[in-house]
Amino acid sequence: MESLTFNIDNGYLEGLVRGFKCGILKRDDYTNLVQCETLEDLKLHLQSTDYSNFLANEPSPLQVSTIDDKLKEKMVIEFQHMRNHAVEPLSTFLDYITYSYMIDNIILLITGTLHQRSISELITKCHPLGSFEQMEAIHVASTPAELYNAVLVDTPLAPYFIDCISEQDLDEMNIEIIRNTLYKAYIEDFYKFCEETGGATADVMCEALSFEADRRAFIITINSFGTELTKDDRAKLYPRCGRLHPDGLAALARADDYEQVRAVSEYYAEYKLLFEGSGTNPGEKTLEDKFFEYEVKLMVNGFMQQFHYGVFYAYVKLKEQECRNIIWIAECVAQQHRTKIDSYIPIF
Amino acid sequence: MGYLAYYSGTSVVLSVLTLVGLYYLLTDQGYRVDFGWFLEETSPYMWAYIGCSMAIALSVIGAAWGILVTGTSILGGGVQAPRIKTKNLVSIIFCEAVAIYGIILAIVMSNIVQKYPSDASDKVIAANYASGYKLFGAGLTVGFSNLFSGLAVGVVGSGAALADAANPRLFVKILIVEIFASAIGLFGVIVGILQVSNAKMGEAAGAN
Repeated sequence: MESLTFNIDNGYLEGLVRGFKCGILKRDDYTNLVQCETLEDLKLHLQSTDYSNFLANEPSPLQVSTIDDKLKEKMVIEFQHMRNHAVEPLSTFLDYITYSYMIDNIILLITGTLHQRSISELITKCHPLGSFEQMEAIHVASTPAELYNAVLVDTPLAPYFIDCISEQDLDEMNIEIIRNTLYKAYIEDFYKFCEETGGATADVMCEALSFEADRRAFIITINSFGTELTKDDRAKLYPRCGRLHPDGLAALARADDYEQVRAVSEYYAEYKLLFEGSGTNPGEKTLEDKFFEYEVKLMVNGFMQQFHYGVFYAYVKLKEQECRNIIWIAECVAQQHRTKIDSYIPIF
Repeated sequence: MGYLAYYSGTSVVLSVLTLVGLYYLLTDQGYRVDFGWFLEETSPYMWAYIGCSMAIALSVIGAAWGILVTGTSILGGGVQAPRIKTKNLVSIIFCEAVAIYGIILAIVMSNIVQKYPSDASDKVIAANYASGYKLFGAGLTVGFSNLFSGLAVGVVGSGAALADAANPRLFVKILIVEIFASAIGLFGVIVGILQVSNAKMGEAAGAN
């Protein structure tokens, strides 16, 4: 019965987001972009797509970082427009999407403050989707407890900090632990919200979020080999809303090297395929690339159903991937290093 | 939470009905539950006008719901693909047609209703009662079939608008689905017309 009542509050926004999705670059556009010789060429080719004149007012010579900023700005404007028009429960859903960017911004600000960078310089590097009011005040804190009481208790992320307050000091290692603990709390909360919403939203989003949780578990495990992170600490960082919970996570917590991680993935059909095709030899895709590819496939499938909120999440993820693709191509073009220019991930 | 309210509500209603029924049964008052008395005492005008109002009211609910479902999608899709605006008005017209079927039948039905004297012969009174039931039945037929037809056209029209915005060649194919959805409303109207075709009220009712 969702199809009868969804359009009352969300019909316009769904139509709008599908319009934006139709503007996502296709294979032909990428073929054109790959043949560019300079960044000015790239700008010219992007003018004939949905991006039109977004780089019109930039002074030449064009920098790749400017292109990155303007690409992000366009996506943020579209997202903010939709967020402003949304009512409950879509507005809560869109807010949940922004929390992951907020977490990244907080960690960026804390790390920058530790390295004595100026706050204004750091603010410009933050992702605009994840901005919140107290961003400027982060530099006053030196322990997580102070940080929480002074700044974060008023943000929507306050409930996720309960697990981190026990840390003693903010230093390099602990920052990453804070990031992953926050992200774990966030993704489990988001998963619960989508499950409660039910219907097609739960179908699309729970699959996407369980993949994201499993991907984080794999990446955390692989990155922790050779660092001081103990296995118990590592096990506390795994989000529990994926397919790997509980057996896969327990096995991952015990893993010591890449081969054992690969062995864990053998038990799960989808992940087995991802690990099989990947490697670090030239000509093979890396594991990260295979994860991105799988995510793109899930997001594209999200558009196949109508009357659910998953299309908004899928749109944000696909635009992000498109940004990454264009920046990859722009970097290859700018540095005239065209051997791996075709390693972008095609979306449509 | 929704399930709790639903189950508790249904169980309260069912238990009240069971208890009332058992009370009548066990205190030897079963004769008081008398459907024949009810049908004889209620006026045929009540049935006729309930039928008339159901015809137009439910049809309009169906049409309105359908227009709301498809209209919002057309607006949303039309922002990035303005070419869909005019073609997709066809979906709105299909929804509207459903309301028109309802109003036709409501007008036909209200024209049939005439008054009859209370001292008329039994044959006339019987014919009037029969017409009252026919109009009631026809009203329900038309009302519900148009309600669901309007809903179906609305949901399909929404999909048609969004598909058209993505790929213009899809619109005509999806329109065929909408035509079938609209046809079921038409079936309801045809049956309704048949049902009222020999309904006559008033003094001349029992003439043939």
